[in-house]
Amino acid sequence: MFEWLVSTTWQDALFIPAAALPAGKAAILPPSKDRLAQNDPTWVLAPPAMRSKEIQLGHGSGGRLTAELMQRVFLPAYSNPLLAILNDQAVFSLDGGRLAFTTDTFVVKPLFFPGGDIGKLAVNGTVNDLAMGGARPRYLSASFVLEEGLPIDELKRVVASMAEAAGQAEVEIVTGDTKVVERGHGDGIYINTAGVGVVEHACCLSANQAQAGDTIIVSGPLGDHGMAVMARREGLEFDAPIESDTQPLHDLVATMLAAVDGLRCLRDPTRGGLATTLNEIAESSGVGMVLDERAIPVRPAVAGLCELLGLDPFYVPCEGRLVAIVRASDTDAVLEAMRAHPRGEQAIAIGQVVADHPSTVVMKTCVGGTRIVDVLSGEQLPRIC
Amino acid sequence: MRYIDEFRRDKVARAIAAEMAEVIPGPTQVMEVCGGHTHAIFKYGLNDLFPPQLTALHGPGCPVCVTPMGKIDQAIALARRPEVTLASYGDMLRVPGSQSSLLVEKARGADVRIVYSPLDALRLARERPDREVVFFAIGFETTAPANAMALLRAHRQQIPNFTLVSNHVLVAPAMKAVLEAPDVNIDGFVGPGHVSTIIGTGAYEFIVRDYGLPVVVSGFEPLDLLQSFLMVLRQLSDGRAEIENQYTRAVRQDGNRHALDVLGEVFQPCDLEWRGLGWIPRSGLQIREKYANYDAERRFADVTALPAVDHPACICGDVLRGARQPHDCKVFGTACTPETPLGACMVSSEGACAAEYRYGTGRVPNPI
Repeated sequence: MFEWLVSTTWQDALFIPAAALPAGKAAILPPSKDRLAQNDPTWVLAPPAMRSKEIQLGHGSGGRLTAELMQRVFLPAYSNPLLAILNDQAVFSLDGGRLAFTTDTFVVKPLFFPGGDIGKLAVNGTVNDLAMGGARPRYLSASFVLEEGLPIDELKRVVASMAEAAGQAEVEIVTGDTKVVERGHGDGIYINTAGVGVVEHACCLSANQAQAGDTIIVSGPLGDHGMAVMARREGLEFDAPIESDTQPLHDLVATMLAAVDGLRCLRDPTRGGLATTLNEIAESSGVGMVLDERAIPVRPAVAGLCELLGLDPFYVPCEGRLVAIVRASDTDAVLEAMRAHPRGEQAIAIGQVVADHPSTVVMKTCVGGTRIVDVLSGEQLPRIC
Repeated sequence: MRYIDEFRRDKVARAIAAEMAEVIPGPTQVMEVCGGHTHAIFKYGLNDLFPPQLTALHGPGCPVCVTPMGKIDQAIALARRPEVTLASYGDMLRVPGSQSSLLVEKARGADVRIVYSPLDALRLARERPDREVVFFAIGFETTAPANAMALLRAHRQQIPNFTLVSNHVLVAPAMKAVLEAPDVNIDGFVGPGHVSTIIGTGAYEFIVRDYGLPVVVSGFEPLDLLQSFLMVLRQLSDGRAEIENQYTRAVRQDGNRHALDVLGEVFQPCDLEWRGLGWIPRSGLQIREKYANYDAERRFADVTALPAVDHPACICGDVLRGARQPHDCKVFGTACTPETPLGACMVSSEGACAAEYRYGTGRVPNPI
């Protein structure tokens, strides 16, 4: 039986010392029947997919596989302290001023969906990544990868929508690029936007700043964007269609920064949703979190569609919501400021940062049980029976 | 959609929990057969509401999990054929075969498609007459009728390039196999909900008659499940053994006649190998001779399911039988995780290992 493990191998499975697991390189030794038989805990089987050789769709999910790709491919190559923080933007000083810089690529399908389109998304996504660093967004770039055969009218609609979104977000699109690929090599339009913003506040918002006792706040109901796109893609019609929540959050952030000085971290829960975002913060700060499921806002239509498709709304992307980690004593003040703003009317506290179980998010469920809220693993897959 | 909140009230949950603690006659092991139930138990943390003497054993009701590795290898071999487009449900793609998975084959260039319904696979066949579209069909009596309908539609519309690999499994023979297993002690069942909408509650009579154990067919919301476990405990406490139906809003005693007729038209029972339970007589469904043209195993007769051994460290087989719990496995959460599954139970969203890994607070000290 063991020969099978050694030779035909489950994708190169090898026994390595437990301590060497993360690196995966140290002291790779041949497996031995005795070690398994003795149940020796110092030897574990290396996860085979650590060495998966091809890109899978899950590598783009924003969840665990994406993180693994960062660790394995990008971070070692580009190694620098700004990148290593793994925030949604880099914040740095340049000639005395503090700037935020970010980039994001958009490949949404379909291009148009209730409440928005790929263009609006491309502007708001980058604007929000800047805003989450405490910056006032200023200038954007826009690069297009177009597929041969795309109707120019469709491109015009997307570009007009970007112009309108830029106006709303108070940014200018000041540079760009266009490339065209052969028919069948793209999905109509892919857009990349990069952006710079100015950090005028003395704040230091970062995923590694959360502290035990802090309050966890969300700015509104979760999952609208993801389910709006899913509903359109699956051809599911409703009496009142679910609309994407895509919107710029820069002015909501400015309001919050003006109201209190105890903001630790802001994130927009895009890919991977609330669950993945909170796990990233918990891990980065070395803290635990406890959520109250009953407090987490999800619209009935979104909850219903998630139920229908076997999805969990806590993993569904938003494009116009933020998660805030706030010093406990500032909770009421920041909630009051957010609720006075049209983009934060439904802001609500959903849980606490704790010192127990670092890097783990736990939730009190709606019926009073407890469960872990884990990072998104792979793509969200609908149930099959 | 409405009618969700009504089934998720914490006050009602606490009241049921209190009654459970009162009526439980002693250490009790109740098996929930269905993977959807296992998933809900962990997702809502129902274990926290169970009395300490109650152990929920997770049963063989996850179709992805019980499909043996040899079948996965067979699907991979089919997908590698240049003329084949292989379609299946998402979970199936991530299940490890002995050397690869369908997802890995997809990344390497095989034409593997994720579909949400067999009709999507049928549409693929219609749109691409130059391709051999093979639908890798799995599922209990819940999904089998839809797959049978797809086959009948292909037959009616004369779509020659559509075939099915039938890995359909039947729930009652599996429950019998679990009861006959020497290493499993079960005091009662929480019966599957969706399967029972098709086969009806009458299908479980042998459990009451031959084994003297209670069966309560349950819905999938947290309060459904709590109530169903309570109903099993009440029966045990009263010394009763009956079939009770908690899921009355969906399940009838006779099931769904129309669906059963469609099943009977297309399929016939066959002996089948299950992961963890081995060969079980008349526990699967194979395509009848009449529809042999749509049977992928006949069309591609050279691609057969060879016996394959599960990973030696994996205890999926024991977990599926209820003999052991996921956390008893020494690779659980270390070498075997949802990203790097060694066994099928860590793959499927209905698998017990995936549910315990994703939601279980067992590995967290002082969760709340």
